[in-house]
Amino acid sequence: MSILWRGVGEQLHDSELRALKAGDEDAFSALVQRFHGSLIQLAMGYVKDRAIAEDVVQETWLTCIRSLDRFEGRSSLKTWIFGIALNIARSRGRKERRILPFASLFRREDGTSGPTVDPERFGADGMWKTLPEGWSNLPEARVLGQEAMTRVREAIDALPAKHREVIVLRDVAGFDADEVCGLLSISPENQRVRLHRARAAVRKMLEDYLS
Amino acid sequence: MKCRDVVELMTDYLEGAMSAAERARFEDHISGCDGCRAYLEQLRATRRVAGSLASEPVPEALQQELMNAFKDWRAGSGKPQV
Repeated sequence: MSILWRGVGEQLHDSELRALKAGDEDAFSALVQRFHGSLIQLAMGYVKDRAIAEDVVQETWLTCIRSLDRFEGRSSLKTWIFGIALNIARSRGRKERRILPFASLFRREDGTSGPTVDPERFGADGMWKTLPEGWSNLPEARVLGQEAMTRVREAIDALPAKHREVIVLRDVAGFDADEVCGLLSISPENQRVRLHRARAAVRKMLEDYLS
Repeated sequence: MKCRDVVELMTDYLEGAMSAAERARFEDHISGCDGCRAYLEQLRATRRVAGSLASEPVPEALQQELMNAFKDWRAGSGKPQV
């Protein structure tokens, strides 16, 4: 597993928890910054706009602060924080859905079965008809630029909830597979299937943008 | 192996969830297939772009509010100033 894409996936050390419990402002501030993008992206999957996602993130941290003295470190600090965020985001999402239009109840739950690549891309022999392009020749600034990030963010937001949770926790927040299975109470196979469908859908969107 | 099937195995491959035999068959196909190699590379790039979403600055007001809440908690729990 490459270090590069793990992002914020590195383990938090016990010393960080001790610093936090001791009231170390710098330690707290560093955590808030480190997880902000991941927490926002996670929350965006459940609520309708960014302002509410920020509320969810705020409530997450306030809950963490209130519960810090009781946290014994049985899970990693990061898992604990994201578990709290998931609960808050889901409950906020449930409240919102009660007041959203009926149609939004059925939003984006397609794409949960069938092939992840358009069958038209393959010939009768099952081999590529039109080859995918290599992206390694494209300028890094295009593949990893603001516009690509925006497209990927939108593609993730548009995924079915079950796929979205997994790709955000794995690829944005940098949790490993076991941690995600624990956080979402799903089996390793289920985790892999969801991750596969999520990555394939986001890849498709990125391909449309880059080609 | 057919490309159509190989693309559906890519996450199993990246996750290290294949048996040694499956893995050998997969790698054998990939080594001779430009299309599947490109697709695998695209999936890795997708993962990298998603990872870049993690670095996002915290809005000033939110940061301030959270720091105040943290200081209040510390004051309330009788911890020394750090």
